[in-house]
Amino acid sequence: MTSATAQAPAKNGRGTLYRGYGGMWSWVGHRITGVVIFFYLLVHVLDTSLVRVSPEAYDAVIGSYKNPLFALGEAGLVAAVLFHALNGLRIILVDFWKGGTKHQKTLLWVVLGLWVVLTLGFCVRHFMLAFGGM
Amino acid sequence: MSTVNETAEPASKVELNQSGDGAGAVESFDIILKVRRYVPETSEESYWDEWKLTMYGTDRVLDALHKVKWEHDGSLTFRRSCAHGICGSDAMRINGRNRLACKTLLKDLDLSKPITVEAIKGLPVEKDLIVDMEPFFQSYREIMPFLVTSGHEPTRERYQSQKDREIYDDTTKCILCAACTSSCPVFWTDGQYFGPAAIVNAHRFIFDSRDEAGDMRLEILNDKEGVWRCRTTFNCSEACPRGIQVTKAIAEVKQAILARSF
Repeated sequence: MTSATAQAPAKNGRGTLYRGYGGMWSWVGHRITGVVIFFYLLVHVLDTSLVRVSPEAYDAVIGSYKNPLFALGEAGLVAAVLFHALNGLRIILVDFWKGGTKHQKTLLWVVLGLWVVLTLGFCVRHFMLAFGGM
Repeated sequence: MSTVNETAEPASKVELNQSGDGAGAVESFDIILKVRRYVPETSEESYWDEWKLTMYGTDRVLDALHKVKWEHDGSLTFRRSCAHGICGSDAMRINGRNRLACKTLLKDLDLSKPITVEAIKGLPVEKDLIVDMEPFFQSYREIMPFLVTSGHEPTRERYQSQKDREIYDDTTKCILCAACTSSCPVFWTDGQYFGPAAIVNAHRFIFDSRDEAGDMRLEILNDKEGVWRCRTTFNCSEACPRGIQVTKAIAEVKQAILARSF
């Protein structure tokens, strides 16, 4: 009945990922989008500060963003900012609103719903401008 | 004791045949039990061991572990004492989530896949499913989990209204199994964090109208490694085998600290 008890290689002894629930994964998402936004802001501060170096350099750098790859990146950035903002409001409610902990799952679904609607709305407009009539 | 907050039992994954062949017949099924083992005497590395077992509809994960230990491999090591969800010894990670092995019925799990059992996370593993609970109890002791009063001891009991008792009823249910603390992503990476269980037990005395050291406990928890480490992932509330609304208790302590300092 007993199957192989021999010691497997170290690689196979790795533990499983904690499965968690929505609350944990929204926290993971919050962290990832937070880091993404940080790197965006870093680049954004750098390219904006170029205007102090020379307006031509600034125009050249900003102009180089006008390509489909950056258009996709911008959509991703807006999705990240929206998630971080909406989930941040949810966390504030969980901490400070009396019913926040009780209704955290509902709140999470509201956040995800709003996020999808707002992101899709932005993407439609954004991609029409980026890839459309221009 | 109110059980309003107990989470409803999940629907069984295995339909048990109600009209068994004869009185008292319980349906049996085959399971594969995978246990993540760590035996420091033989190897520094962990490895997965698995057994195919025939179990019954009334069996829990703990019964499967017993069957292995008693009939297949006596070296399998785990803690259990009362085996009925009171002593809090057998918290472990079952199918990736913290549960008590003695409160998890096999028929409620997905038996089409192997059942994985691991030690709880964030505490040093000593052998197989046994972890060193000392850091956990250290945090527990630090929040002074006992009644603190001043003045003369009354000759009769200390009165408390039912309304006052109700305030902290939920947090009296803790059995110190560490399922909450070891489900917390913050605790996994920062062992200095007090952890949900310590805060729950602090809550139990902070909001007790008879206790007089509430301010001191709030001061202890108003620390970098105190309640402010909580990121409200709700893993603790989901993991608690007693159905304690752990994140709610932590939020109440946070608010008590804020209300006090203004």
